[in-house]
Amino acid sequence: MADAPVFIDPAKCKGCAKCVKGCGFGALKMVDAPGANKAGKLAEVDPAACKACSACIKACPFKAISEVKQEIYGTAGIENYRNIWVFAEQSHGKVAEVAFELLAKALELKAQRGDGAQVAAVLLGHGLTPEIEQSLIAAGADVVYKVDDPALEDYEANVYVDAVSQLVEKHKPEIILAGATAVGRAFFARVAVKVRTGLTADCTMLKVEETKNKDTGAMQMLLHQTRPAFGGNIMATIMTPNHRPQMATVRPKVFKKAPHDPSRKGQVLLEALKLIAPQTKLLKTVRDPDAIDIAAHDILISGGRGLKSADNFKLLFRLAELLGGEVSCSRACVDAGWAPVSRQVGQTGKTVAPKLYLCFGISGAIQHLEGIRGADTIIAVNSDPNAPIFGVADLGIVGDLFEILPALVKELEK
Amino acid sequence: MRIVVCIKQVPDTTNVRINPKTNTLMREGVESIVNPFDEYALEEALRLKDEAGAHVTVVSMGPPQAMAVLREALARGADDAFLVSSRAFGGADTLATSYTLAMAIKKACDGKTPDLVLFGKQAIDGDTAQVGPGVSEFLGVPLVTYVKQISLKDGNGNFVVTTVMDDGEHVIEGNFPAVMTVLKEASTPRFAPLSGAMRAAKAEISVLDEKAISADPIRIGLKGSPTKVVTIFPPPVKGGGEKVDARGDAAAGAKAIAKFLAEKGLVK
Repeated sequence: MADAPVFIDPAKCKGCAKCVKGCGFGALKMVDAPGANKAGKLAEVDPAACKACSACIKACPFKAISEVKQEIYGTAGIENYRNIWVFAEQSHGKVAEVAFELLAKALELKAQRGDGAQVAAVLLGHGLTPEIEQSLIAAGADVVYKVDDPALEDYEANVYVDAVSQLVEKHKPEIILAGATAVGRAFFARVAVKVRTGLTADCTMLKVEETKNKDTGAMQMLLHQTRPAFGGNIMATIMTPNHRPQMATVRPKVFKKAPHDPSRKGQVLLEALKLIAPQTKLLKTVRDPDAIDIAAHDILISGGRGLKSADNFKLLFRLAELLGGEVSCSRACVDAGWAPVSRQVGQTGKTVAPKLYLCFGISGAIQHLEGIRGADTIIAVNSDPNAPIFGVADLGIVGDLFEILPALVKELEK
Repeated sequence: MRIVVCIKQVPDTTNVRINPKTNTLMREGVESIVNPFDEYALEEALRLKDEAGAHVTVVSMGPPQAMAVLREALARGADDAFLVSSRAFGGADTLATSYTLAMAIKKACDGKTPDLVLFGKQAIDGDTAQVGPGVSEFLGVPLVTYVKQISLKDGNGNFVVTTVMDDGEHVIEGNFPAVMTVLKEASTPRFAPLSGAMRAAKAEISVLDEKAISADPIRIGLKGSPTKVVTIFPPPVKGGGEKVDARGDAAAGAKAIAKFLAEKGLVK
C-alpha cells in the first residue's frame, strides 16, 4: 500500500472530525481510539482516496495533520495509464515510414502485455484525409486520435508539444513511441518534460515484461527500452518505473514494418483541442534537388576510407547502376569531403536496412556497424583480414578493392 | 541582448567506466573535452555578440573538473560563467538535468529569462538531444531545433533562422526569447586569443549547488530521474559468414561476389 500524502499525528488529534468535513473526497474518517483523547476518536486517512489537496491540513484547528513528502518521485495514479500510442508523423499528407514500423512494434508490445491494451496512433495536421487514417488502422492502430487544425499545417515544435501533451493528459497512455526523426526527436523531448516523465532516445530494442519495481517492490508490466550509448560501445536497458507515460524514440529502419491489413477495423476520434498559437513562422522550405534518401533504397553500394579519393566513387556509381542501387559511404568519406553527409551511413549518419549492403574499403567502426544492423545481407571487401566489418559480413572478400571492384563490374556487365 | 550557452564536458574516449552499484557512468578520471556541438553553439553566441552586442553567459553542469570548459569559453570571449555542480546532481537523467539547468539559468540571469539560450545539437556521450528541448519547457520559451544559421532581424528582437529538417531546410521567423539547438554547419569555432586566455585564468567562476538554484530536492539527481538504467551490456556480436581470401586473385573475389548475388536473386 502506498503511503498516504498526509500524516495525522495521534498526539495532536483531538477527534473533532473537522478534517472529515473539510475533505472533499471522502478520504478521511474517524476511528475509535479509546484513551487517545477526550473524544476517544482519531482521524484516519484512506491513501487511495486522498488527492493531497491539503484541505484537511487547513481544516484542522490543532495542526495535527501535515503533508508527507513523497519518498518516490512519480506520476500520481499510474494505474490509470493504459494503452500504447504511436506518434504518426506526417507531412503534407504523407505519413513517415517510421510510424508504420512503430505500429508493428506496438502490436508486439500489445501481445506481450496480453491485457487488452489498445494500440493508438496520434495524427496531427490540417486537411487530413481518411486514406491516412485507414493506412494507420491497416498497420495496426485500434484507435486514431486525430487533431486537424490550421495551426498544425506545418510542423511547429511548440504547437506539436501542446497538442500531444493535451492528448496525453486527457487519455493517459501507458507507452508512447515516436520516430527519432528531426521532428520526433525535438518536440517529443519537450512533451516528455511537459508531462514530467522519462524519455529514452534511439531505442534499438523494446519489449514489455513483468518486472519488479525496485522502489515499491510491486510487480509491473514495464517497457524495457534498450539503446546504444557511447558510440555503440555500451548497450543500456532503461526503464521508467514510476512515471507515465513510458516514452521512447526509435530511429527509422530499426524495426520492420508489418504487412498492411486493409480489413482491420479501427476507430477514428477527432479531437477538438484548443491549441496555442504557433510560436515561430515557417517562411519557406528549401529542398535540395540533389538530395538522396539512402535509407529508402534496397541496395546500397558503400565506400569507405579505403577508396582513397572522391574520384574513385565513380566505380561505386557504376556498380550501383548495374545492381539498381544507390551509393552510400562511411563517415571518413564525409569528413574527407569525398561525399555529402546525406550519403553517410552510421550513428551520426543514417540508419539503413537494405536487402543488400555491399561495401568497399570500410573497416567497420562500431558506429558504422550500428547503422547497418538492419541490413539483410552484408558483403564486404577489405584489404585487412582482421577488419571488424568481416565480423558482420555474410560474405567477406579479403583483397584489393581497386582490383576487385573493376573485376566485379566486368563480371556483372556480362 | 542576454545569451546563455549551455556547454557540457564529455569524455573524449569511448572507454567509459560504469559504476556497478548505481549503474550510472563514472566520469572521474576520464580525460574530457568540450562537447563538439556545444562549440558551435558558443561560436554562434560570440558571433551575435560581435555583430549586435550581447552579454554571453556560459553554464555547465558537471563535476568540478568541468570548470576547464568554462575557462575555455571565457577565453574565447564569454562574459561570465557558472558551474552547476553538486553531488546531489549526480545520476541525473534528461528530465532532472533539464530542470537543474533551467533553474541554474534563471539564477545566473538574476531571475530573468535570457533572450536566447543556445545548446549544441546533442552531446556525444548520451546522444539524446533532449536537454535543450527540456530546458525550453522549464523556462517556458519557444523551442527551435537543428539551427544552422541565426540572423537578427531589424534589431527589434526578432530572428530568422535556418533549420535542417528531414525534408529540407526550413527558414523560420520568430521572436526572442527562445531556446535553440545548433548544428555544426553553423560556424567554425574561433581560437581563444592570448589576452582572453590570461583573463579567463583569473576569472572567478561561481559554483551553483542545489541550494543556490533553489532546486526541489526530489527533482534533482538520480532521485529526480524517471528513467533508471537497469542493465548495461556489451553490444551483441553477429558472427561473420563465409570469407574468401582474394589477395593476388581479384577475379576469384569478383566471381565469389557475383555468385553470391546471383544465389540471393540480387542481380538485375
